[in-house]
Amino acid sequence: MLHEPSVEIGTDKAAPKKAKLGVIMFVIYTVVYAGFVLIGLTKPELMGLELIGGQNIAIIYGFGLIVLAVVMGFIYNYFCTKMEDKLNKNQ
Amino acid sequence: MIYEVSNLAIFIFIFIVGVVLGLSFYFARKTKSAASYYAAGGNIHWGVNGIAFAGDYLSAASFLGICGMIAFSGYDGFLYSIGYLAGWVVALFLVAEPLRKLGKYTFTDALDSRFNSKSIKLTAAISTLIVSVFYLIPQMVGAGDLVVPLLGLPHWIGVVIVGSIVIFIVATAGMTSTTYVQFIKGALLVVFSSILTFYILQNGLSLKPTESYHQFTELNAVVSSDTVVSVEDADYTVKATAVAGKNLFVRLEKDGADRWFKLSRKDDQTTLSEALSTTDKADGTKLFNGATQAERKFYQVGHLSKIIVDGKEVDKTGPVGPFEFIKILENSEVIRFSKASFSDGSDKVTVWYQQPTTGKDIMKPGLKYKLSKKAGATFWDKMNFLSLMLALFLGTSALPHILIRYYTVPSQRAARKSTIVAIAAIGFFYILTLYMGLGSMIGGVLDMESSNMSGPLLAKSIGVGLFSIISAIAFATVLGTVSGLIVASSGAIAHDFIDKYLQVEMSDKGKVKAGKLAAFGVGIFAIILGILFKGMNVSFLVGLAFAVAASANLPAILFLLFWKKTTAKGIAWSIVVGIVSSIGIILFSPSMYEKYGLIPKDAPIPLDNPGVISIPLAVITLVIVSLLTQKDNSTKDFTK
Repeated sequence: MLHEPSVEIGTDKAAPKKAKLGVIMFVIYTVVYAGFVLIGLTKPELMGLELIGGQNIAIIYGFGLIVLAVVMGFIYNYFCTKMEDKLNKNQ
Repeated sequence: MIYEVSNLAIFIFIFIVGVVLGLSFYFARKTKSAASYYAAGGNIHWGVNGIAFAGDYLSAASFLGICGMIAFSGYDGFLYSIGYLAGWVVALFLVAEPLRKLGKYTFTDALDSRFNSKSIKLTAAISTLIVSVFYLIPQMVGAGDLVVPLLGLPHWIGVVIVGSIVIFIVATAGMTSTTYVQFIKGALLVVFSSILTFYILQNGLSLKPTESYHQFTELNAVVSSDTVVSVEDADYTVKATAVAGKNLFVRLEKDGADRWFKLSRKDDQTTLSEALSTTDKADGTKLFNGATQAERKFYQVGHLSKIIVDGKEVDKTGPVGPFEFIKILENSEVIRFSKASFSDGSDKVTVWYQQPTTGKDIMKPGLKYKLSKKAGATFWDKMNFLSLMLALFLGTSALPHILIRYYTVPSQRAARKSTIVAIAAIGFFYILTLYMGLGSMIGGVLDMESSNMSGPLLAKSIGVGLFSIISAIAFATVLGTVSGLIVASSGAIAHDFIDKYLQVEMSDKGKVKAGKLAAFGVGIFAIILGILFKGMNVSFLVGLAFAVAASANLPAILFLLFWKKTTAKGIAWSIVVGIVSSIGIILFSPSMYEKYGLIPKDAPIPLDNPGVISIPLAVITLVIVSLLTQKDNSTKDFTK
C-alpha cells in the first residue's frame, strides 16, 4: 500500500530497451561535454581559436552543447515512442 | 544604488502578482486530497508540464544570475547556461522514466520504493529539505534585489513580500497551482527575453551606450619619487592614496567632493582614471562616489572603448545579426569594472576601477575561472572549474523540486515528452542569456553593487514598460520557484518525515494540513536566509545548491536505478556523506570566508564549489557500504 504510484501504469515492455538507449545517449553526450571541460582544463588557449565565420571554439562548442542536448532529446523521444508502440501493442 | 520608481512599474507588478494569486485561489478550490496537493493529482498535460518544468528551472538564478554573471565576467557566466542545460540530458536519458515508475509523491518515496527502510526515509527527507533550502536562498536574494529598483523598497522588504506571498500560495493551493503559475511564467519569460534580445541586436554596438552615460575623467598626474604630488588639472587636489594589491588608488577633491582614481603608468606618462567608489564612514554614513546616495553619483556603468568592424574602428554599428554581434564584440574592447577594497584612515572604501578587456578574453572562459598559465591559474583554480561543470551536469536530476514534477503527469511517456519540451524551451532561453548578458555588459546599465539586476536594468535602458514587465516576470519567477521548493520541502517534512518515518496516523485532510504547516515554517526560514545572503550572485549560490544536490541525491538515485547490489544502508550513508562533505567544504570555502568578513585566502579549502570532492566521496561511500551490507538484500524479494 505504501508505494504505489500516484497514477496506475501498465507494465511497459519497452522499458529495458528504452533504458539501454538512454544509457547509450547519455554516454555520447557525456563524452562531448567532457571534451569541452577537458579543453578548458588542459588547453584553455584553444578556446579562443577562431573556427568558422569569425566564431571561436568556445562559442561554437558551447552553443553546440546546447543544441546537441535538444536534438538528442528529440531523437530519444522518437525512438522511445516507436518502441513503446511496437512492444506494447497487445495491451 | 538609488533608482527612480515609476507608477507603470508598480501597476504592472501588482497586476502580475494579482494574476498569480488569483490563479492560486482558483486551483486551491480544486485541491482537496493529498495527491492533488503534492502531485497535482498526476493529471497535468505534458505540454503544460514541460513549460512548467522550464518555469521551475528558469529560476531567478537563470535569468538574474546568469545574465549578471555574463555581464560581469563574460563567457564564464555562460558556462552556467551550458552546464544547467547539460544537466537535463542526465535527467532525460537516465532518470525521468524509471523514477516516474517508482514514485508516489516525493523523491524519498522513489528512493525508498525497493527497501521500505527507515534510514532512507529519514536521510532522504533531510536531504530534500537541505537542498531545497540551499536553492531557496538565491531565489530570496534575487527577489530582494528585484524590488529595489522596481518599487524603490529596501532589499529585505522584497524578501519578506516574496516569502509571505509564497507561503500564502502554497498554504492555500499546493502543486496544481504552482504548476500553472510556472507554466505562465515560463512562457512569458522566454517570450520577453526574445524581445529583449531582439532590441539588443537592433541597437547594435555603440561607444556611447545611453544618452546620459557618464563620461569618465582621465587626468595626468605629477609624480615625484613614486608619490603623486599633484594633478595637471588645477581644479583637483590630492587628498590621500591607498594601495590594494598591485594597484594604487588616489583620492582627489574637486568642488568639495572626493572621488577615487586608479593610477596607471604607460611609458613615461602617469594617468589617473576615475573609478566608482563607496565609502563606509566610521559614523555609519555611506558615501557613493563622495556624495550621498540621493545625489545619484554612483553611476550605472559598462561600455565599449573600441569597436572594430572588418578591421576598421567605428563609433557604432547599427543593427547586427546574432553571429555578427559576437564576432564584432570579439574584435572590440570592453571596459569592465574590477573591485578592490581598502581602508582610508577610519573609512572602509570599496572601489570599482576601469579594466579594459579585449573581446577575445570576454568570449572565452577565464575571466572568473582562471584557466591558463598566463593568467596565473593554479591547480585549485582548475579544480574550481571542473567542480562547477561537474556539479551543474549532475545537479539537475537531483533537485527535489524538479523531481517532483515527474509525478504530476499521467504517464512515463508524458514525463518524457515534458522533459523534451522543457529542454527545448530552456536551451533556447540559455542561448538568449548570452546576448542579454553581453548586451548589459556594454549597455552602460550595470549596478556595481549587485550583478543580479543586469538583465532587468538593460530592459530599463530600452523602456520602462519593458523593464516593468520583465521585472514582474522575474518576480513571478521567484514566486513560482519558491512555491515549488516549499511544496517539495513541506512534502519532506509532512509526508516523508511525519507520515512515513514517525508513522503518525493522519487522515488525508490531516496530511494536507501538516504539509501546509510545514510550508509555513520553511517559508519563514527562507525569508531569514534571503536577508542574510544579500549581495551574493544568485547563480553562484545556485551552483552551490546543485553541488549539494549532486552529492547527496544523485549517487543514490543512479545506483538505485542501475546497480542491483545497492542496499538501503548504502543509500542512506551516501546521502549523509554527500550532505556533510559538500556543506562542510562550502562553509570553509573562500567565498564564504568573504561573507563572514574574513580574508578569503585564509580559507582552509581553496575550492568554491565542492562537487569535485563531495560527489566521488558519496559514490565511494555508497559502493563500499552496499558491498558490506549485501546480506540485507538477500532477505528481500526484488522480482517485482
